[in-house]
Amino acid sequence: MGDIVAVTGNEACAQAFKQINPDVCAAYPITPATDLMQRFSSFVNDGKVDTELVLVESEHSAMSACIGAAAAGGRVATATSSQGLALMWEMLYIAAGTRLPIIMPLVNRALSAPLNIHGDHSDGMGARDTGWIQLYSENAQEAYDNTIQAFRIAEHLDIRVPAMVCMDGFIVSHSIERVEYIDDADVKKFVGEFQAVNPLLDMDKPKSYGPLILTDMYHEYKRAQHEVMTKVPNIVREVAADFEKMTGRKYDLFETYRLDDAEIAVVVMSSAAGTTKDIIDQYREKGIKVGLLKPRMFRPFPFLEIAEALQHLKAIAVLDRADSFGGYGPLFSEITGAVMSMNSKPAVINKIFGLGGRDYLPDQAEQVLDELVTIAKTGKVETIKEYIGVRE
Amino acid sequence: MSKKYWEKLPQGSVVLEAGSSAKFKTGGWRSMRPKWIEENCIQCMFCWMYCPDMSVKVTAEGKRAEFDFEYCKGCGICALECPGKKGNKAIVMEQEGK
Ligand code: SF4
Ligand code: SF4
Repeated sequence: MGDIVAVTGNEACAQAFKQINPDVCAAYPITPATDLMQRFSSFVNDGKVDTELVLVESEHSAMSACIGAAAAGGRVATATSSQGLALMWEMLYIAAGTRLPIIMPLVNRALSAPLNIHGDHSDGMGARDTGWIQLYSENAQEAYDNTIQAFRIAEHLDIRVPAMVCMDGFIVSHSIERVEYIDDADVKKFVGEFQAVNPLLDMDKPKSYGPLILTDMYHEYKRAQHEVMTKVPNIVREVAADFEKMTGRKYDLFETYRLDDAEIAVVVMSSAAGTTKDIIDQYREKGIKVGLLKPRMFRPFPFLEIAEALQHLKAIAVLDRADSFGGYGPLFSEITGAVMSMNSKPAVINKIFGLGGRDYLPDQAEQVLDELVTIAKTGKVETIKEYIGVRE
Repeated sequence: MSKKYWEKLPQGSVVLEAGSSAKFKTGGWRSMRPKWIEENCIQCMFCWMYCPDMSVKVTAEGKRAEFDFEYCKGCGICALECPGKKGNKAIVMEQEGK
């Protein structure tokens, strides 16, 4: 077994990078992800890894460097947050469309304006349509474990899709927690040797990346990209099964907590799931049948599996740590999409919480659960979308 | 079961065949046509160097030859860069199809 340490989420991800020793990493600082690549740059400086670290002049360049290095045939990673991800936007689509398995921890942070450096999911949700796999982590342990699994998932020869590993800015990235590391040798064995597909550096077989493809074939390329995403869930589960054999830690497309016999439930991602579980325990003691579903894989979204897990419920509250202004919260849209396929349709409400790092406190979870109890009783939804934890 | 068209596409739209751009004849784009006036030509080879489509042919002796109109798209860069002889251009652009 590996060491048990007290580390931050950023430190844990940097450790995963060190153990995996990517061929090329690009780095451009942005709070709260700065610290992750800064720690990794120390490993480079101290000769702990033989990664070629490219210090670029913007996140747009960081992702461009990753794309070039991945097309050349290397195992590639970087990390970013918020505005940095926003600046990468066009390159994210190119990485995914070109099917380059780049790994990127995304330390979730609010987007400007107003300027805010704290955690929410606005950045990740903005990138949900880019074609990247997205895994969300509740704590530092999950961020570390997801990073290691992400390499295996993204690099799987049946898919070759880039992956983001998300964790909540500051709440997870900068809080010190107990984390179980995996031995270096086991991590190496688990991720395996990198296998390049169509590398540019294979001089005997010259090839071109990034061609112009117009009305005659673009539609077909997108059809193929859609197909690839349908293969991701099984691979995520296969990799999780192997990971469990190595560590005993269980992962799936989503996690459920006291959900099987529940009548009402909360759907929430990342660190807020922890607080919610505590309040669920308190309500269970009062005899209220409440459970939780925490999506881990937001892209591709496991609609059918989630529908199956939620179909016995009377009422569901979806908590979004991001808003789609003029629409419902992004997670709510997916959950109601999943509910579409069910025969019995539970009532679903949407709460927007914790924007710009606003604390998600136990009384907010209690407020949501009380409302769900009433909805389950009356069958009536008063307000579909509402902000909670907001000063009034 | 036979594979569908989109299932046979190379992953990530990578072009696996080297030099396949030779199949893409850009000559059809041309609305202006460069004309070489040989007596004004000083064989500086600027046109050969500047042409973005490798459409200025070169003889076995390394001398400037005719344009390759299968690929020349009529951009006019060669005509602009051509110094010519004593102020007389060795390349002029003319309306295509005249
Ligand atoms: S017109 Fe343009 S494409 Fe044609 S030969 Fe001159 S430089 Fe080349
Ligand atoms: S640039 Fe003009 S002068 Fe020079 S080689 Fe070409 S045609 Fe002749």
